[in-house]
Amino acid sequence: MEQFFQPQDLRAIAPELALTVFGLGLLALDLIVPDKRKLGYWALAGVAAAAVLLFLNRNLDTVTAYGGQVVVDPFADYFKMMFLLATGLTVGLSMRYLDIEGEQHGEYYALLLFAVMGMMFMAGGVDMVTLYIGLETMAIATYVLVGFLRRRPRSNEASIKYFMLGAFSSGVLLYGMSLLYGISGSTNLAEIADALSRRGADPVSLIAMITVSAGMFFKIGAVPFHQWTPDAYEGAPSSVTAFMSVAVKAASFAMLLRIFLLGIGPLREQWVPVVAAVAVTTITLGNIAALRQTNVKRLLAYSSIAHAGFVLLGLIAGNRTGMVAIVLYLFIYTFMNVGAWGIVVALRRGNVIGENIEDLNGLFARNPVAAVTMLIFMLSLAGIPPTAGFIAKYHLFAAVIETGHVNVAVIAALNVAIGLYYYMRLVVAMFIAEPAGAESVPFSRGVTSVLVITLALTILIGVYPNWFINLAQNATATLPVF
Amino acid sequence: MVSLEHYLILSVVLFTIGVIGVLSRRNILIILMSIELMMNAVNINLIAFSSQLQDVIGQVFAVFVIVVAAAEAAVGLGIVIAMFSNKETVNVGEIDLMKW
Repeated sequence: MEQFFQPQDLRAIAPELALTVFGLGLLALDLIVPDKRKLGYWALAGVAAAAVLLFLNRNLDTVTAYGGQVVVDPFADYFKMMFLLATGLTVGLSMRYLDIEGEQHGEYYALLLFAVMGMMFMAGGVDMVTLYIGLETMAIATYVLVGFLRRRPRSNEASIKYFMLGAFSSGVLLYGMSLLYGISGSTNLAEIADALSRRGADPVSLIAMITVSAGMFFKIGAVPFHQWTPDAYEGAPSSVTAFMSVAVKAASFAMLLRIFLLGIGPLREQWVPVVAAVAVTTITLGNIAALRQTNVKRLLAYSSIAHAGFVLLGLIAGNRTGMVAIVLYLFIYTFMNVGAWGIVVALRRGNVIGENIEDLNGLFARNPVAAVTMLIFMLSLAGIPPTAGFIAKYHLFAAVIETGHVNVAVIAALNVAIGLYYYMRLVVAMFIAEPAGAESVPFSRGVTSVLVITLALTILIGVYPNWFINLAQNATATLPVF
Repeated sequence: MVSLEHYLILSVVLFTIGVIGVLSRRNILIILMSIELMMNAVNINLIAFSSQLQDVIGQVFAVFVIVVAAAEAAVGLGIVIAMFSNKETVNVGEIDLMKW
């Protein structure tokens, strides 16, 4: 057996190490610094340090470290960059918001960094043990973040539900992993694929496939395992929800792609119908449930379920275009969704909760910039050109049509229309409904910078997508396709 | 002679009891115990395979699962205590501010 650890392995996980150091440092600083809000800048510094190390590692193409447990490839780098961006934006949303909620603590930022560290191992792991530990590092930190408003019963409730269903799904996932280990005698995804292709689809492999997929579908919030999503998203602090709906979801997708393409790739014929059924029901149910929501957070939660279904379409196609579409979609979704949540965060002020659709009423009169910004994010989420959301959906539809899944494409296209309806409900409230109150909606500096960045990228990717498509093509070049 | 099959059957039975416990019980603490039961069913699987295959990775995995289960129990109980200080109940049926 090759040596498990070599000094140069440390370089491969340098960004993760930086995040850990900054996270632990934040816990220590929390005891010293009296103004907890300043700790947000330390978290940003940690994210920046990790980003710099990630950039310096860009030439380490496809290096494996720790005896084949961790890999540094363009796919992992792409996702890691996305997680760091999402975390930076989340910190920007959080700093003022936590003051308003009266829960400004250093642990918040430390937990964010630990969660991102876990995500990076989910993107870079090619071994079930690494993937599992990465997943749990992320999940346990997120359970605490969801319940961070510990004096608010809703936050407690969201945390309990998320924790119970999350731990349950991890158990199911683990059971599948233990069977895969029994089948192959290894926890390495490539060796599992080898063993599965020799063995074929016998009952044990199928049980392993079903339990592993069920566990992963839980994590991305796909139907029929989506029930935790609306409750967790509604009860969690809005800044954490923004983080969960983009970073946590993208990390789960990174792990799902590695497992489905690499690990259980030989069972593709068996899992494509399952994924297709799940994707179609997820899109439809998510959209239909979103239609009758009166709470903006819950509406966006159901919309995020539908978006997860859309991303799964790329996996059904399974060709090169499909993979490019998946990673591009997740990247674009990060910006348009964090932007929309940024407006929700801005609406929370003083003693106004600002979570119901009526709270958006007449926003155009009270803060025209906020209303127009929200309009652009809604158009992008619905997939209307010339916003980034259109580019994302276009590639997904191209992929499923290329591979001949026309039925799936038709159902998905109908769902775009349903989606347009409930996104426009928010727009109607903002522009046409009578103002709910006369008070203005001020932006904090953090929220302003987040909105500027997300808005700029949502429009930039929409009108000039080539550079981002190249980035996505580069990231998926090493993925096995069918 | 106890063979691999016996261990696997034991593991399936424990796992099923755990799943049924999570789905049917209303007390949060019992649900947490059922989740532990699922994790331990997995551990039995891993160690049985490890011994059968004469491969140490399965035992390493099992140790990691035990560590994660401990961390999860700590966080889970912390969350239950945070909730209990706002609403004195451990019955999931009464945790209904938001629709399930």
